[in-house]
Amino acid sequence: MRTSRWLALMVITVTLFACLGGTAASAPLSGKLEIFSWWAGDEGPALQALIELYEKQHPGVKVINSTVTGGAGVNAKAVLKTRMLGGEPPDSFQVHAGQELVGTWVVAGRMEDLSDLYTKEGWKTAFPEGLLNLLSTERGIWSVPVNIHRSNVLWYVPDNLKKWSVKVPATWDEFLSIAPALKAKGIVPLALGENWTVSHLWESVALACLGKDKWEALWQGKLSWKSPEVVGAWRTFGKVLEYTNQDAPSLSWQQATDMVVKGQAAFNVMGDWAAGYMATTLKLQPGKDFGWAAAPGTGGVFMMLSDSFGLPVGAPNRENTLAWLRMLGSKEAQDTFNPLKGSVSARVDSDLSKYNAYLQSAAKDWRTNAIAGSLVHGVVANERFMNDFATVMEIFLNSRNPEAAANAAQAVAIQAGISR
Amino acid sequence: MRSRRDQVMAVLVIMPSLALLAIFVYGFIGQTVYMSLTDWGQGAALALKPEIHFVGTRNYAELFTGFLNVRFRQDLVSMVFFTILFVGASLALGLFLATIIDQRIRGEAVFRTIFLFPMSLSFIVTGTIWRWLLQPRGGVNVLPSLVGLPPAGFLWLSSREQALQFNWQVLPHYVVLGAAFVLIAWGVWSAARRRFRTSALVGLPGMALLAWAVTGGAARLQLLPFPEAHGFNLALVGVVIAATWQMSGYTMALYLAGLRTIPDELREAARVDGASPLQVYRYVELPLLAPITWSAIIILGHIALKIFDLVFAMAGPDNAPTSVPAILMFLTTFRGNELAKGASIAAILLVVVSILIVPYLVTSFRAGRA
Amino acid sequence: MYQRGTSRWFIHGLIVLLAVVYLIPVYLTIITSLKAPADINLMTAWKPPAHPYWASYATAISKFAPSLENSIVLAISATLLSAALGSINGYVLCKWEFPGARFVLPLVVFGMFIPYQSILVPLFQFMRRIGLYGGLPGLVLVHVVYGLPITTLLFRSFYAEIPDELLGAAFIDGADFLGIYRWLVLPLSGPPFLVVAIWQFTQIWNEFLFAVTLARPASQPITVALANLAGGQAVSWNLPMAGSVLAALPTVVVYVLLGRYFIRGLLAGALKG
Repeated sequence: MRTSRWLALMVITVTLFACLGGTAASAPLSGKLEIFSWWAGDEGPALQALIELYEKQHPGVKVINSTVTGGAGVNAKAVLKTRMLGGEPPDSFQVHAGQELVGTWVVAGRMEDLSDLYTKEGWKTAFPEGLLNLLSTERGIWSVPVNIHRSNVLWYVPDNLKKWSVKVPATWDEFLSIAPALKAKGIVPLALGENWTVSHLWESVALACLGKDKWEALWQGKLSWKSPEVVGAWRTFGKVLEYTNQDAPSLSWQQATDMVVKGQAAFNVMGDWAAGYMATTLKLQPGKDFGWAAAPGTGGVFMMLSDSFGLPVGAPNRENTLAWLRMLGSKEAQDTFNPLKGSVSARVDSDLSKYNAYLQSAAKDWRTNAIAGSLVHGVVANERFMNDFATVMEIFLNSRNPEAAANAAQAVAIQAGISR
Repeated sequence: MRSRRDQVMAVLVIMPSLALLAIFVYGFIGQTVYMSLTDWGQGAALALKPEIHFVGTRNYAELFTGFLNVRFRQDLVSMVFFTILFVGASLALGLFLATIIDQRIRGEAVFRTIFLFPMSLSFIVTGTIWRWLLQPRGGVNVLPSLVGLPPAGFLWLSSREQALQFNWQVLPHYVVLGAAFVLIAWGVWSAARRRFRTSALVGLPGMALLAWAVTGGAARLQLLPFPEAHGFNLALVGVVIAATWQMSGYTMALYLAGLRTIPDELREAARVDGASPLQVYRYVELPLLAPITWSAIIILGHIALKIFDLVFAMAGPDNAPTSVPAILMFLTTFRGNELAKGASIAAILLVVVSILIVPYLVTSFRAGRA
Repeated sequence: MYQRGTSRWFIHGLIVLLAVVYLIPVYLTIITSLKAPADINLMTAWKPPAHPYWASYATAISKFAPSLENSIVLAISATLLSAALGSINGYVLCKWEFPGARFVLPLVVFGMFIPYQSILVPLFQFMRRIGLYGGLPGLVLVHVVYGLPITTLLFRSFYAEIPDELLGAAFIDGADFLGIYRWLVLPLSGPPFLVVAIWQFTQIWNEFLFAVTLARPASQPITVALANLAGGQAVSWNLPMAGSVLAALPTVVVYVLLGRYFIRGLLAGALKG
């Protein structure tokens, strides 16, 4: 009997160790981990914090930080694609959650399904359902989101608005009614930057004109680009453009934000990385030195985008990558990274005390607002559409003809497999 | 004596280089052309083993006639205008500089270096520097305010104004017309040299083409069902200035060396005959510089047609008013994932460059000048 | 046409004016690189800084050190290799007619004119297949191969000036293919080698397209690093300008010191083919 008890105890112990081994570190990880991203400059420190956290958890692993910046993100895409086409994927790469990931890499069979990881880590409840849908197809979940940014935000300086006696416009019609007076005073009503920021403005205007449901219908191919609603969005967009600065194409988004801060412009529509720029780089106080509101006509809707990392098929250091992904999804990593990056945690249980005033308000909206996906930042349309949408924008900017732009966009949507 | 063994040796020694070039130039061009005839770029373009179908010349037809490829057509037009302006400006400025420096001025070496050094820079460096100079609200535009004038407001790299607009629909018509004139001119030229067979062989088709164009037959060859305006983007002026700044020193060096090889006796002889200095320049020196002009056109022309880095650094890849096919190929391939269409653009670029280069290579190597 | 008297003053004035215009970008680059980020303002772009801010250069050097090192390794090794190959090829094509040689040269030379977009995708697939994608050795190979046309052409036109009688005499003395190259041609190759080296060094140092598509971040040459910095996010212009100076320095020094040889080389290339 004694022996059998001993045996039982041993069995239990062994099983226990095996279980522990299965969930925590079985053997300490070693080797390398190559992380590919386009984060540099202001975003560099946030990435660095993640890498340091990883190296603390897995001291045996040498992290290689492969950052490719510049060329409006094209350089990073060129390098990543030459590597993937050549069959030499990095261990993990940054990609916008949504169609940028699904339409390019998942359909090509280049990503591993992460469903098991999600189940094991309990992420299926830690992340909001709307976000999970964006990361998934019928065949799996494909990446781990590290942050949430909001695209549809209107920025301004409260004191300046008081000085010019204008109110924050709740709709584009309101904006168009106050803009002429501002323009007459020599103030640019809406600051705009280089090419992609024009499309960025467009998506806020379109969301306002269509509303969340029709915006979604557009991407599901249920609403035609030639429908009166979409043509109307282009028309409103054209009117809004009348009140932007002439030299927009030569300005970076930061320089456009600067125009608002310096009192040269009244408003700017930009993603909420602008809050990070103003709070961290320019050392302004959120709420006092700069204010924000949902872009006109989009109150109650959170147009989101998210940076995420996945596991490419054939990643050279698969185990290290899994550990990286496991860390990225954790509350600790998300609350380390996001206050630095100027974004909110993708998790619903983040520790809000670590975030500044803007981010706290954004986190609240993230949990309560309706969620829509961004076009410019890879959520709702695949890369083919995004690339060709630049042509559509060109057609519009050259002709200022809403119908022509709508026709072109419909053709692009058909070619990219979004519409029929 | 040259032994057989030495002959074999010579061929063996050069073989590796030739083999490498055969693969890296002709092999890869072949692959790109093949790619351009497929549909690589649909859906799972980036799979490890993508599904690729042969579709013939569909991509080319799309580029020239598909209404979504308007940017390609404008880029092609921009490339041509850029090339003409940049080559023209570099030749004129280079000749001007060389003529002045040839006046036995003091400190010649210093001036030569000043005009030549931009050529040693990378287009990336030139582009970065000129991007700063051409900021709409700074750089060159605020120069007038240094002397109390209002600053200029030209949007150097982002202006959407176009000059010399034409309708893309009429392009085939003009191509036919142009071809007819070239052929007829060639025929007349051959006839003047009593090569009547060549004259007839090229002249008659030329006349047929002319008749076809004049009677309106060619006008019915329309690429597009709707009018589409293309023209010279004024935003390119900034790129032309930067490129000319960089390369005019090169043409200066060529012309200067050319002027220096003209024997003084020739000039003396003309002067003895009563020619003024200006006449010596016009009738003795300039004609002797013609071969240099041709080489410079070839060298600068192919650089201009391929221009990529300069625009990339100066205006970024997304700035449509300054875009050229080389940039569009990069975007189409690496951002749009349309590898076949990118390959078509690359192939068209190659053909355009070849139109400039091949006749030059053929004539110069046939003449045995090399 | 040579002028005298007042017109000589006019001409000197004109050339000084032109030189000033050509140096404007240099002036702006240098003063901007020496300004503190906070002092950089579009309206005061032309004013020199009150106090030079050398920190831009310190930052730029630390940022660009790895890519400068890559560029140096790349440019020097690819230059030497392509010059060596070009020399032997030029020798063969100039002095050893073989069947079909007449067609080989134009086909080789065509390679230097092609737009590299037209070989880009097959190129990186090939580099991947032979395991040379992403690192410096691969970039060296690419620059050597696409440098072959120009180096071969330049050496060939230089060697054409070596009289055939000299070779004939060497044959009579019993020299063979390699002997003639080693003892006759190579000792005469100094000036052409210099020209080819200057040309190749600047070309490779300045190249961008291959560098941006074929190099992993760790092997990036300076042009890519500079383009990334300048085209990246928030730009305070002192850094790109200091970076431009760093990126330009080696080739500018080469030009200023060796420009005379270079012009000779250009002429050989341009006038003869």
